[in-house]
Amino acid sequence: MSDERIPVCATPDEAELTVEASSTDAPEPERYEFLEPRRYLFDLDRRNFIRIFGAGLAIVVAAGEAVAQESGRALRGQPSVPGDLAAWLHIDESGRARVCTGKVEIGQNIRTSLTQAVADELHVPASSVTLVMGDTDLTPFDMGTFGSRTTPTMAPQLSKAAATARQMLVARAAARWRADAASLRVEDGVVHHPDGRTAAYGDLVKGQALSGTVAADAPVENPRDWTVRGTPVKKVDGAAFVTGRHRYTPDIVRPDMQIGRVVRPEGYNARLVDVDDSKARAMNGVTVVRDGDFIGVVAPSERVAVRAANAIAPTWDVPKGQPSSDTVYDYLKANPERPEPVAAGSAALPSGAREFKASYRVPYIAHVPLEPRAAVAEWRDGRVTVWTGTQRPFAVRTELAEAFHIPESRVRVIVPDTGSAYGGKHTGEAAVEAARLAQAAKRPVKLIWTREEEFQWAYFRPAGVIDVRSAVDPSGRIRLWEFDNWNSGNAGLRSPYDIAAKTERFHPVKSPLRQGSYRALAATANHYVREMHMDTMARGIGADAVQFRLQHLSDARIKAALEAVADRIGWSSRGSRALGIACGTEKGGYLATAAEVERAPKGFTVRRIVTAFEVGAIVNPDGLKNQVEGSIAQALGPALFEAVEFADGHVLNGTMNQYRLPRFQDVPPIETILIDRRDLPSAGAGEASLVCLAPAIGSAVRSLGPVETALPVQMKV
Amino acid sequence: MARYLLHVNGREHEIDAEPGDSLLFVLRDDLGLTGSHFGCGEGQCGACTVLLDGAAVRSCVTRMVAVGNRTVTTIEALSSGPELHPVQQAFLETEAFQCGYCTSGMIMSAVGLLKTNPDPSDGDVARLMNGNICRCGTYPRIVKAVRLAAERLRGGTSTGVRHVG
Repeated sequence: MSDERIPVCATPDEAELTVEASSTDAPEPERYEFLEPRRYLFDLDRRNFIRIFGAGLAIVVAAGEAVAQESGRALRGQPSVPGDLAAWLHIDESGRARVCTGKVEIGQNIRTSLTQAVADELHVPASSVTLVMGDTDLTPFDMGTFGSRTTPTMAPQLSKAAATARQMLVARAAARWRADAASLRVEDGVVHHPDGRTAAYGDLVKGQALSGTVAADAPVENPRDWTVRGTPVKKVDGAAFVTGRHRYTPDIVRPDMQIGRVVRPEGYNARLVDVDDSKARAMNGVTVVRDGDFIGVVAPSERVAVRAANAIAPTWDVPKGQPSSDTVYDYLKANPERPEPVAAGSAALPSGAREFKASYRVPYIAHVPLEPRAAVAEWRDGRVTVWTGTQRPFAVRTELAEAFHIPESRVRVIVPDTGSAYGGKHTGEAAVEAARLAQAAKRPVKLIWTREEEFQWAYFRPAGVIDVRSAVDPSGRIRLWEFDNWNSGNAGLRSPYDIAAKTERFHPVKSPLRQGSYRALAATANHYVREMHMDTMARGIGADAVQFRLQHLSDARIKAALEAVADRIGWSSRGSRALGIACGTEKGGYLATAAEVERAPKGFTVRRIVTAFEVGAIVNPDGLKNQVEGSIAQALGPALFEAVEFADGHVLNGTMNQYRLPRFQDVPPIETILIDRRDLPSAGAGEASLVCLAPAIGSAVRSLGPVETALPVQMKV
Repeated sequence: MARYLLHVNGREHEIDAEPGDSLLFVLRDDLGLTGSHFGCGEGQCGACTVLLDGAAVRSCVTRMVAVGNRTVTTIEALSSGPELHPVQQAFLETEAFQCGYCTSGMIMSAVGLLKTNPDPSDGDVARLMNGNICRCGTYPRIVKAVRLAAERLRGGTSTGVRHVG
């Protein structure tokens, strides 16, 4: 069982990623999720094993090898796309399990759900498992934490690793006792012989350097036999959050650390013309850093750093005539990246069918994670260590290596459990800036972006224009579906409805503003338009909005969610209540949402929300309920009031006072129906549940009067 | 710079600061009390909430010159040893957080609220805590947690509850 040389981290091959992509029904990899190829392979010898892990049993999750065994393809020497599936699991002499994964905890609670998976398969209590996450020196390469991939991809890998470890430990006990392994059972990390003899995991690995790799077909528990998964295990180290003890990146302090500040340009695409930094340079203890258009200061304290930054007088040239939040929609349609092969909305109308056309506008919105971008950077002996809140620690390591022209082996990125991200922290701006400042100051430097910087200089959820054109025949069947999305993105682009003639196109545009991932990506925009248009057609032909959908749905999982929600909100007995409903599927989740609205002095108000969500076998029912409720509360913002206003290269509403976010009083009662399918694999649950809220509200508001074809939902005046 | 005598968490600290410095940065940078978080710097999100003579305030917009002789209580002093404050315990049991960044501010606001309103309705909690933002959207759970804590405080279990782990 023991091995002198073990591959610690290997790359899965393309075949696996292709399967992954098609199973999530994405037409092509989502362009806003930064799926960049990277190679990463290294080995550990026995001495390093002991140095890194200490004695014990290490299980190496090497997905590429497992796939190669399955497909008969060689792993080494062939180009491959690395994935996010590598991990290590180690059991030490005290019987504690330590898992190393490059995934990060940003509030989606995977530290807890992955702990559950490992504890369940190892047959140990969750408290015996520790996860080391998002540290590029301690964890194997990982593409990043996004796309709801942790539960469907990392959790099964860790499950297999833990199951393999358990089997190896049982086999060792069997060998020690000359017993049949099948006669032994494990409880709370102790192997039991039928005659009463016992051996704890820790005893079985004492003084050893054991290792194993995971077979692709390593048997794992049937979800029906789960004992730790499927239960509402509390958040790991929850007490650290209610006591303020947890250290987020902005809370980290290093010896001799100073505070940094960056002097930002006056607007987007600005060019530095001239700068007078003499006053700042004259300040006691202040270091001014100039490098191209980058201007920053380092000072012993925040108050001095702010004063020094304010004392710098740069002159910027900001180009005139940049698109504004009013003109951006025309700009997007007029500036596709590629010439249009076929004009949108040009398919022939089936004879006798009634045509429905609309053009929707979706604004840029901001993520506004409560923890702003921040980093602490420290150089020592040509190596830099950076603590920062990011969803992609390994990509940030690359950013740093490239920015400073050093090998990645001299960069370490550590991600403390982070004050949220929502897709907004794929990048390492603060990390690179802090490292540049620390390099100049020759001391550790902490940089925390201000809220204004976060609004102006982070990236946004893409704005978009979505044109939709359809036709319904006299029997009530949809005969034509043309859906053209400029810039929002292709997640959720495909309609799940049974329509023979469907054309769904995503038209990339060079966005005038910096844009990127946002929780659920374009699925929110695409579901909004598709479901609002389903409602338009149902109203247009006098059909019931639920029946009209059901007549075009053969997907049993969407149907189950839709019927559950319709039943709970009392759709068939709605009387004069203003109800709206929407359904769909995204990232392996199946959902429906219904909303009840009523008139208010300023238009309408949301009275009640019901949502049904199915993501296969539920790993943590309370954690899932928390995610679903939270995603609905968060989605109220883009549905009701969030939109970035900008002009001339400036964000015009870039403060929390001006950019309205959902607050306590905005949240109506939310009823969640969680459909547990123990017969199906678990899908990720942190994103998809928000995509049907806006169309549920929008279609409900139509019962009160005409609604704009735009987000946020507004009544026509 | 001026010298201030600051009463924080039952101790006195002599601090050299500018009159316009925010209490939040003095707490975090000068006293190392990082449990109060910076979220917006405009008093809009509540992540920095502390108690000033028992009343919840936004420490990011509270200037040093305005603190005076009042006593400052931060999340770090809400409980000592293994005993959690009933509001902390209720947040933990209800799991009224996701990323946790707003949590200490939420808890301090709730403690302030319950001092003046020991039996709030759901609507009272929503109205009185509307100045605190949870970007993860755990508002329904926070309302539950505050009401659970209120019930326990009224029931006389205010000495705290042993927490596990």
